[in-house]
Amino acid sequence: MTDTASQATTSPKKRGFIETLELDTRLLGMIGAFILVCIAFNIVTDGRFLTARNIFNLTIQTVSVAIMATGMVFIIVTRHIDLSVGSLLATCSATMAMMQTAVLPGWLGLELGSPLIAPITIVVGLLVGALIGSFHGYLVGYLGIPAFIVTLGGLLVWRNVAWYLTNGQTIGPLDETYVDLGGISGTLGETGSWILGLIAVLGALYAIWNGRRAKIAHKFPVKPIWAEMLVATVIIAVILGFVWILNSYQIPGPRLERQFEARGETMPDGYTAAYGVPYSVLLLIGVAVVMTVVARRTRLGRYIFATGGNPDAAELSGINTRLLTVKVFAIMGALCALAGMVASARLSFHSNDIGTLDELRVIAAAVIGGTALSGGIGTIYGAILGALIMQSLQSGMAMVGVDAPLQNIVVGAVLVFAVLIDIIYRKRTGAV
Amino acid sequence: MTVTETNAPPPTGTSPGTTPLVEMRDICVSFGGIHAVDHVSVDLYPGEVVGLLGHNGAGKSTLIKVLSGAIKADSGEILVEGEKVEITNPRDARAHNIETIYQTLALADNLDAASNLFLGRELTTPMGFVDDAAMEAETRKIMGRLNSNFKKFADPVKALSGGQRQSVAIARAVYFNAKILIMDEPTAALGPQETKMVAELVQELKKQGIGIFLISHDIHDVMDLCDRVSVMKNGQLVGTERVEDVTDDDILGMIILGKQPEKAA
Ligand SMILES: Nc1ncnc2c1ncn2[C@@H]1O[C@H](COP(=O)(O)OP(=O)(O)O)[C@@H](O)[C@H]1O
Ligand SMILES: [Mg+2]
Repeated sequence: MTDTASQATTSPKKRGFIETLELDTRLLGMIGAFILVCIAFNIVTDGRFLTARNIFNLTIQTVSVAIMATGMVFIIVTRHIDLSVGSLLATCSATMAMMQTAVLPGWLGLELGSPLIAPITIVVGLLVGALIGSFHGYLVGYLGIPAFIVTLGGLLVWRNVAWYLTNGQTIGPLDETYVDLGGISGTLGETGSWILGLIAVLGALYAIWNGRRAKIAHKFPVKPIWAEMLVATVIIAVILGFVWILNSYQIPGPRLERQFEARGETMPDGYTAAYGVPYSVLLLIGVAVVMTVVARRTRLGRYIFATGGNPDAAELSGINTRLLTVKVFAIMGALCALAGMVASARLSFHSNDIGTLDELRVIAAAVIGGTALSGGIGTIYGAILGALIMQSLQSGMAMVGVDAPLQNIVVGAVLVFAVLIDIIYRKRTGAV
Repeated sequence: MTVTETNAPPPTGTSPGTTPLVEMRDICVSFGGIHAVDHVSVDLYPGEVVGLLGHNGAGKSTLIKVLSGAIKADSGEILVEGEKVEITNPRDARAHNIETIYQTLALADNLDAASNLFLGRELTTPMGFVDDAAMEAETRKIMGRLNSNFKKFADPVKALSGGQRQSVAIARAVYFNAKILIMDEPTAALGPQETKMVAELVQELKKQGIGIFLISHDIHDVMDLCDRVSVMKNGQLVGTERVEDVTDDDILGMIILGKQPEKAA
C-alpha cells in the first residue's frame, strides 16, 4: 500500500500512509478509543453492549449532550466557558413544557393535540434560549465579566427560574408531535432510513469530489486517487453500517399492535417493522452539518477561531470581538433549547432535575473531542465523538452493574486523563 | 519587485506645496499616570518615508496605534488628505487606506497564511461562504513576489519562522492597496537577506506614491530609506529633520540626549 502511495504522489518525498490520506491523527486516536471502549464492554456484557437495541438507545441518549457540545466548541474556542448549559436547558425545557400544556391550550385556546402546538412551542423555546445566551454574551463581551462567573451565576439562576416556571413539578404528558422528536417514538422507519443513508452517501461523495475539483482548479496538490477512494469507501461503509444497525432493531410486537389499534386497524399476522434512524439523530446530524459549515465556511466561524487564536490580532483586524462573544453565547443558548427539546421529548415529560450535571458532560465531550481550553482549536465532529464516548462509558458501566457513584468517579477520571493524553499528544506532534 | 496594482497618483515626492497624506496634530495618550505620547505632531506626504526613531518605551508604537485605530487618543486630531477624520477602531483606519504592520505582527497563530492575510476582509463565494481556495491562490501570488521562499501555505502560522511570519504580516499590509503604510519595526525578526527585501519593498512602494511611517530603534535601517526622521523621547517629539540635513551623530544625540542638532552654520 505504502509503495503505491509514494509512486502515486507527485511529491518526491516519501510520505507515510496516514499522511497521504490526509487524516487527522487525533481523530483516528479518538475513534480507536471509542472502538476499544465498545469492544471491552461487549466482552464484559457477553455481547449485550453491541446489540442493535443498545446502539439505538446509546444513540438517542447521546443526542442532547452532543447538540450542546457543538456549541461549547465555539465557546471554548473563543477562550470562554459556559457552566450554565444544564440549567439553561432546564429553563428552556420548562418554558416549552408550560407553552404546550398551559399557555397555548389554556390562554390562547389552541386545542390540545393541535399540529400548531409543537412548532410554536419550539420557536418560543429557541428564542428564550438565544435571548438568555445573548444576555450572557453581553455580560461577558461588553461588561467584561469573566464567562466563568457569569455562567456560574447562570447555573444557579436558570436552574431555579425553571423551578419557578413549573413550581418544581413534573410537567407532562407532552404534545404527541413534540414527543416524536425525542427518539424512540419518532423514527424514520426502514425505507426512510435507507433513503437518508443514500442521501448522506451522495452528499459525502459530492463533498469529496468538490473539494478535489477546487484544489485542481487552483493547481494545489491533491492526494492520490486511491487515497481519495479509500477514504470515501470507509465513509460510505460507516454511514450505511449505521443505518443498517438502526434498521435491524425491530419494534416489539405489542407496541406495533398498539400502533395499529390506535389507527383502528388490526395488525396483519407476521408483520414486523424496524425503528430506523430517530428524528432526534436526524436533528443532531443537521446541527452538526450547520455548525461545521459555520466553523469552516463562514466569516463568523473564521472570526471565532481567529479570536480564539489571538484576540488582539482579531481586534486589530477590525473584528468586533464583543459582538462576536454575544453571537457565540446566543448560539449556545439556542442549542441548549434544542437539547432541552430532545431531552424532555425523550422522557415525554419535563422533570425538575432535567439537565442536571449536563454542563460537566458537555464540557467533557468538547474537551475529550480535542477542543483546547487555551482557545483557537476544536472541531464539531470531535465534540460529538466525545459525547458518544462519554455516553458509551456511562451506559456500559450501568449495563455491567457498576454503582452510580463509581460510574461518576470513572467518568471524572477519564476526563482528566483524556486532557493529559491530549497535552502529551500536542507536545509530541508540536501541533498547536 | 512589483507588489500591487494601485490607483495611487504618480509619485510626487515631498513637495511642500501638496497636502500631506496624513497629519497627526498635538496627539496625547496616557496610560494611568504615564504620558506615553505627549503633544506629538507628525505628518507624511505621498511617496515619502518618514522614520520614527526613539528608544524602547519612547512612545512610537503608541503614537502609530492612534493612527491605525488600535488606541484612541486622549486629545489631538488626525487629518487624512487635508480632511479631519475620526479613527476610533481599526476598521476606520482601513477605510482610509491606512494599513499597519504591527510590532507584534498581530497574527492568529492557529490560522494559515491566507486566513491571516484576509482576516476581516475575506474573499467570499457568490453564496457568501469564505472562499479559501481563492484566498490561498491570491496569497500564493503575493508571496511569490514578496518572499519566493515561502512555501508553507497549509500550515498554521505558528509553524512558521520569524521571518516567514513577518512576510505574512507585510503581505497583509500591502495587498489591499494601502495609501498610508505603517511599519512598526518591520525588520526586527529578519535576517540580513530578508531585511534587504524589505528595503527594496519600501523603495518600490514609495515609487507608487504610498506614504510610509517606518518605525525603528536602529538608525542605520532608517537613514538609508527615509526622507525625514521624527525622533521621540519619553513620549515627546524631540524634532523632525530631513535626512540630508543631519548626520547619524545628530540623530543619535536627539535619541539619547533629546536635544536638537546644532545646525551647521
Ligand atoms: N497598553 C498599555 N498599557 C499601559 N502602558 C502602556 C501600554 N502600551 C504602552 N505603554 C507604555 O507607554 C510607553 C510607550 O510605549 P511604546 O509606545 O510601546 O514605546 P515604543 O514603541 O517607542 O518602544 C511605555 O512606557 C509603555 O510601557
Ligand atoms: Mg514599539
